[in-house]
Amino acid sequence: MSYASENADVPGATARISVAEPRDFFALLKPRVMSLVVLTALAGLLIAPGHLHPLLGFTALLAISIGAGASGALNMWYDADIDARMTRTRTRPVPAGRITPGEALAFGLTLSGFSVVTLGIVANWLAAFLLAFTIFFYAVIYTMWLKRWTPQNIVIGGAAGALPPVVAYAAATGTMAIEPWVLFAIIFIWTPPHFWALALVKSAEYARVGVPMMPNAKGPDRTRTEILVYSILLAPIGVAPWLMGFASLVYGVVSIIGGVAMIAFAVNVYRVRSAEHGDKAAMKLFGVSILYLFALFGLIVVERLIPFVMRLIW
Amino acid sequence: MANPAENEPVRMMTPEQARSRRARNLALCLTIGGLVVLFYAVTLVKLGMRIGSM
Repeated sequence: MSYASENADVPGATARISVAEPRDFFALLKPRVMSLVVLTALAGLLIAPGHLHPLLGFTALLAISIGAGASGALNMWYDADIDARMTRTRTRPVPAGRITPGEALAFGLTLSGFSVVTLGIVANWLAAFLLAFTIFFYAVIYTMWLKRWTPQNIVIGGAAGALPPVVAYAAATGTMAIEPWVLFAIIFIWTPPHFWALALVKSAEYARVGVPMMPNAKGPDRTRTEILVYSILLAPIGVAPWLMGFASLVYGVVSIIGGVAMIAFAVNVYRVRSAEHGDKAAMKLFGVSILYLFALFGLIVVERLIPFVMRLIW
Repeated sequence: MANPAENEPVRMMTPEQARSRRARNLALCLTIGGLVVLFYAVTLVKLGMRIGSM
């Protein structure tokens, strides 16, 4: 961490007075990632047996989301030097100078502690421990260690992004079961083809800032092969919730179609390697992968929410 | 003994700094207020569950 922007350009007596807006702090939470965490954690919460009071469920979900956001803030604090040199990330609040690194660190640490303690009090301490582990894994293991060290960074680090359904299930039940780990597996195996599709396009930027992503560390050909392998592995795992009986036939059909689409687009990435069309193929897979995950978890949520809402109405 | 802080120049905020601080204060106020209401409601729910299981 070498990046510093403590309003150094503000002269004299006005130096070090923050100009950060609330929306800058909100951006530190990586709201787009948070929306995925909300969806996957809600799925974990809803597949849990028994009845959880809706307000406790909402508060648990809020704590998990804020915990995920806090780890995003810690990531932005630590990676500000890299973010400042990449087009995709240079407008983030810390590299843009709207929030100082110290503010981002304090914000991330405060929210981390707050979210873990809240989840422990509202739900249980197993869930709180899992949330603390998720934050630690993302902020320390992934951000500070794996990201700048190995091209397997997002494979191993993907565990942090895959844990929210497990945390939510633990919050609802106080125990563990196989079902949330199946949801974990879907996100975990989905992460490499999703991120590597983007990394294929941004390969030069990652190389310039010294982050060993698969395309610039092992080459685009190896990346294309691994994207295809992970997509082939993902398709049957995506169908598992239906096969194991905790998702409907509709989910089963959508997950089969989605799995086939993922493989088809991954095959396209594997085949089309020209500089002109290769990036387009990769970005198509990137888009389809987002749609795939939102469709699967969205269906699990909707299937469970409809009967719940009907009970509330009638 | 003189207070060292007395010798420091008075910090004047620019309009932008004043506006952003006001916005931060308002956001913090709303967040804390919301949390007070949420924790109060959660306490009632958990108390109700305890009483219900007695």
